[in-house]
Amino acid sequence: MPSLPRVAIVGMGYEGFTTSSEHLSFREMVFQAAVKAYEDAGGIDPRRDVDSFISCQEDFWEGVSISDEFAPDQLGAVLKPLYTVTGDGLHCIANAYMMIKSGVADVVVIESHGKPSEIASMRDIIWFSTDPIYIRPLKIPNPHALQAIEARIYMESRKLSREDLGLYVIQVKENSLLSVRAPYSHRLTIDEYLSSDYIADPLTIHDIAPYSDAAIVAVMASEDVAREYTDTPIWVEGIGWATEASTIQLRSMEEDIATRIASDIAYKYAGIEDPKRDIDFAEIDERYSYKALQVVEALRISSKGSITSDLRDGFFSRSGSLPVNPSGGALSEGLPLEAHGLARLLSAYEQLRGIAGRAQLSDIEKAIIHSWRGIGTSSSVVAVLSR
Amino acid sequence: MKANIYVKKRVAIVGAGMTLFRRRMLETPQELAWIATRRALDQAGLELKDIDCVVSGSAPDAFDGVHLKGEYYSEGAGAIRKPHMRVYVGGGTGVFVAIAAWWHVASGLCKRVLAVAEEKMSSAADPHPQAVFRHIWDPFMEKPLNPNLIWIFALEMHRYMHKCGVTKEDIALVAVKNKRNALDNPYAQAAANITVDDVLNSEPLVYPVNRLDISPVSDGAAALVMVSEEWARRLTDTPIWVEGIGYTLDTSYWTNRELSYPVYLKNAAEMAYKMAGIERPMKEIDVAEPYDPFDYKELHHLEGLGLAPRCKAAEMTKEGVTQRNGDLPVCPSGGLLGVGNPIAAAGLMKVAEIFWQLRGEAGKRQVKKSATTGLAQAWGDLMQIGTVVILRR
Repeated sequence: MPSLPRVAIVGMGYEGFTTSSEHLSFREMVFQAAVKAYEDAGGIDPRRDVDSFISCQEDFWEGVSISDEFAPDQLGAVLKPLYTVTGDGLHCIANAYMMIKSGVADVVVIESHGKPSEIASMRDIIWFSTDPIYIRPLKIPNPHALQAIEARIYMESRKLSREDLGLYVIQVKENSLLSVRAPYSHRLTIDEYLSSDYIADPLTIHDIAPYSDAAIVAVMASEDVAREYTDTPIWVEGIGWATEASTIQLRSMEEDIATRIASDIAYKYAGIEDPKRDIDFAEIDERYSYKALQVVEALRISSKGSITSDLRDGFFSRSGSLPVNPSGGALSEGLPLEAHGLARLLSAYEQLRGIAGRAQLSDIEKAIIHSWRGIGTSSSVVAVLSR
Repeated sequence: MKANIYVKKRVAIVGAGMTLFRRRMLETPQELAWIATRRALDQAGLELKDIDCVVSGSAPDAFDGVHLKGEYYSEGAGAIRKPHMRVYVGGGTGVFVAIAAWWHVASGLCKRVLAVAEEKMSSAADPHPQAVFRHIWDPFMEKPLNPNLIWIFALEMHRYMHKCGVTKEDIALVAVKNKRNALDNPYAQAAANITVDDVLNSEPLVYPVNRLDISPVSDGAAALVMVSEEWARRLTDTPIWVEGIGYTLDTSYWTNRELSYPVYLKNAAEMAYKMAGIERPMKEIDVAEPYDPFDYKELHHLEGLGLAPRCKAAEMTKEGVTQRNGDLPVCPSGGLLGVGNPIAAAGLMKVAEIFWQLRGEAGKRQVKKSATTGLAQAWGDLMQIGTVVILRR
């Protein structure tokens, strides 16, 4: 059996990470991001050099049915192979990875964007994502309540206090002071954290990622081609994704099982036996503060028994043994909907290439990135990157 | 796509299943997906625990009325605690599910994959599911005109008739053929023995489209089991190989295009032919299932696929070439016009039909000639995407 090609990220570009973006349409944002990504990939020509394009988006976020229709022009993808994956940006990365491995494509461009500032009925849209028979009739007025239940169960089982969540939030907010993409960056004290009002007990405004608008484009290539485009390809060593259960009442709230399954797959292909030893930093989903800790545990860079002490001992801080979200994560960047996974990828990509500016970590070889699909879902994607 | 496809792993279909296609099915989307999935697993001789990845497809979330629809129906598609990927290219989704499932296996990441497509349209909107299509337009340039999907297909049909000198009578022959083929399909919703006059005299919707030129509103699901070569050999003596995949998307600005000929489909077909090593499609394809939500689309697509010379598909149809006992049987299943059109499920049904035809399992629908190579195709978005799969015995 001939060996399958390695897969690399060879260029990335973004536009936004702003709380609103009324001066640009989503197509203009994607165009800006695409131009930067093509330039970053050594100046590729999308009309000539790209074998396939993939767009990660969901109809209801776009306010348009069959939103795939509006994907091609701004990417330079007209009359080229292009398709949509209704998933997080990292689901697109997984498809590109498989396409390149299979030999059907050498160069694949991935796009995802989110413009939540233009969504007038966010609560209703989230309501429409709940099971129409079992959950929707409850007419839960605040969808964060669904995750607050999970937060409470998780915190009790791991003996985590609100002070512990505060410690995590303060840590990532501190990280974000070094980021150029963090509109919600600020310095936070534990008193401020503890005295803020609940949105849904035990979650306050500091525990829930706000929204931001962004478009992100990535260029991926097989090993041979990657070497032509750049001297510093970032390798996708392994990727895995999984769904646990379709609706919240069927899921484990104590453990993030989907992330566990996804990371098992990613680690298997990346040859990672002891993630705690082999991984240098993590960029993960923190759209809820508790979720980040649940994910860290599922990724086996901490454990059920040690998550609380690891957090208190500062293992996940910038100077700790395994920095988590040195970028500040979604709590600081805001949540650009399905583009969130590509935001994690972007931060890890910059770190591994050594172009993260003030946020740069030293001595890093391998990163793990993770994204989840948000309220009421369990689907998660995990990837291992190396330089 | 690159000039040479260095595909290293072969992928086979070893089982297929589908539900009845009907309007107002009582089953939920999850239940529909599961019925088709169970049948595909049964034919493959596998259980859910044997499946390592799931690929699924469904058209607009607005039909089922569920945001993140793929998350919602994942349970019915057998995706619990498994990698699940939902792909989406409008009406082209059904065939695209098989395309994405192909690289799940060909990449070596998955060995035994379920490919599932589900659609529940009939409960979508009041008074008619067509209302969902009010929201597929450019919000600035087109939506203010409040267009309807049938209008723009009427434009395309009229353009095709004008450019190719094709009459309504010629086009109606496709509806007559497909609805008659569907009489032999146990899952069919709109099978009928009708005449060209019945089509011409049916209720006019938007000139030149009459009611019998169009496929019905349907609910349904279809599923395939796709596996690696090693597993194919282990599971069956008659695997059907996926030899070519192709897809291409045209610009969002459909108003700027020549509608009489689908260039995007020509590109998609060329991609698939190149991969399958097919140089003369007219000679090498034995049986085809092009997408036929409207009767003119079958002709339009046969030309885009290079299975008929440009503007000659109507003549081929008139001569009987596309009948089940003809030289190039087209839509032997009965197609969308006869079997029904639960959008994504209808596309995957076409792949399933080619699978059954090549295995010789199509029963009364079996084409007369010995078929070794077949093609399934779907189409979608704003008359914009072509998706093509080529199968071989």
